[in-house]
Amino acid sequence: MWDALTKSAARNIFYGGSAFFLVVFVGLSVHSCNYALTTSTDAKGMTAEVIHGKEIWEKHSCINCHTILGEGAYFAPELGNVWKRYGGVKDPQGARETIKAFIKSQPSGAEGRRQMPNFKLTDKELDDLVSFFEWVSRIDTQNWPPNDAG
Amino acid sequence: MKYQSQKIAYVYFTGAMILFAAQVTFGLLAGYIYVAPNTLSELLPFNIIRMIHTNALIVWLLLGFFGAAYYLIPEEAEREIESTKLAYIQFAILFLGAAAAVVGYVFRVHGGREFLEQPTWIKLGIVVAALIFLYNVTMTVLKGRKTAITNVLLLGLWGIALFFLFALWDPQNLVVDKIFWWYVVHIWVEGVWELVMASILAFLMLKMTGVDREVVEKWLYAIVALALFSGLLGTGHHYYWIGTPAYWQWIGSIFSSLEILPFFAMVLFTFAMVWKRKREHPNNAALLWSLGCAVLAFFGAGVWGFLHTLHFVNYYSHGTQVTAAHGHLAFFGAYVALNLAMITYAMPHLKGREPYNQVLNMISFWLMSSGMAFMTFTLTFAGVIQTHMQRVKGENFMDVQDELGLFYDMRLLAGVIVVIGAFIFLYSVFVPRSSEVIAKSKVAPAE
Repeated sequence: MWDALTKSAARNIFYGGSAFFLVVFVGLSVHSCNYALTTSTDAKGMTAEVIHGKEIWEKHSCINCHTILGEGAYFAPELGNVWKRYGGVKDPQGARETIKAFIKSQPSGAEGRRQMPNFKLTDKELDDLVSFFEWVSRIDTQNWPPNDAG
Repeated sequence: MKYQSQKIAYVYFTGAMILFAAQVTFGLLAGYIYVAPNTLSELLPFNIIRMIHTNALIVWLLLGFFGAAYYLIPEEAEREIESTKLAYIQFAILFLGAAAAVVGYVFRVHGGREFLEQPTWIKLGIVVAALIFLYNVTMTVLKGRKTAITNVLLLGLWGIALFFLFALWDPQNLVVDKIFWWYVVHIWVEGVWELVMASILAFLMLKMTGVDREVVEKWLYAIVALALFSGLLGTGHHYYWIGTPAYWQWIGSIFSSLEILPFFAMVLFTFAMVWKRKREHPNNAALLWSLGCAVLAFFGAGVWGFLHTLHFVNYYSHGTQVTAAHGHLAFFGAYVALNLAMITYAMPHLKGREPYNQVLNMISFWLMSSGMAFMTFTLTFAGVIQTHMQRVKGENFMDVQDELGLFYDMRLLAGVIVVIGAFIFLYSVFVPRSSEVIAKSKVAPAE
């Protein structure tokens, strides 16, 4: 079979097949994009605060220590479900205050403990960042992670 | 060296190796912080160090690809590069951009999407450099002889530039952001970069084994067909848990399982060509790196990728140290070893001398490869324990991390070995010796 395959046949299979799979992939990802905007995320709940919260998340490169929906640096805890982990579903105000207080208390300076820098966020910035976490926690992630530990 | 413009590659390889040294040094520092977490915690926090570690890697691999293209395209197209001047301008933009990015990161000037942290003006510089490069090499190929090697290489390089454009767009919706972030990250390393890898390996096999071009090029098309047929829809293995539809669990599991095939084909290809070789090439170190590249890529990208790619496995292992284990061996095997193979092959030609320091070079191969393999094992074990304690038992992230200290100690040791190997490699390539450490018997000259 290998000998029967000529170089030009192999070339044609490569170009033809790749074009086919590229079209299928782009088609499915456009569909997924639409699914994200209409079904799996709360697009209407994406307030100015949530959008600003994502900007703060990026400005301080949180992803190079933490993960969000499992993607990031594995050095610090998952934050996609931090809202749930801190009890935000039952007690939103309590979770908000606890997360803000934790961020403000860093770095702990404890010996032998991983340190989170103090990014000197204003109260408004902290609130918007927490709003972003709250919004992320409502994304339909096919029930990932398996438990609250993230 | 048959063509004067191949000399351009020397500058690119030198720039790549400077960033390689920076990459492994910052990697070592990051590994040390896992063991001694208070190190530099306020001056240079972990997120900045990791950013430099990953960005330096990506940029030096790209510089290596560009250097390889400038080296092999004149020989394949049988003509000089269109414009030597443009090639040096392109290098200056990229290297100054990389240096500016690193300095900027230290002063907290960066974006926040993983691996794409370069500020927008540097990203635009990269686009300009890419346009210059594509013009330069495409014109060279169009006016010269067209071979399968240059066809596939150019397709890969155009793909790299095209998919990088998604890095310029940062959607406000996190899920849409992630979908298109993978357009850069996955389509690069598990798509178009494999085209570059396969074509460079094909060039090295052609030159070092003397097997007929027809045979080599048929293999090349078969390998890259397997790569894109599996790799494009294989992107689905990143779309399991990020707010995307459930159908990706099936598509991703099936197609990404097949991603092992192109890497297996590359092992078969390189070993078959060496068995059928029609000449004894004097550069044994380059041959070792080429074969090592195929084998380590098969294990790192292929086997370690398959380990956690099925959705019902990934549900538990996603975002743990298992991913870190896979990432390290995959990048080292597929792309670091590839570049070091090409540099080892090209340097004697670029400097117009016999291959020298081969023994040192081969020692560096075994140090780096065994160090990286050991690092992969330690992180895999750490990842399995983490998966069980955190994902199955539901224990707190930091409590679990505290239990993994022994593995991080051993990972640091592995890192030290890799860094020693890397610096021995740099010495063997850049510092000339008057005679070989272990002299070989005279062999027939080859290209």
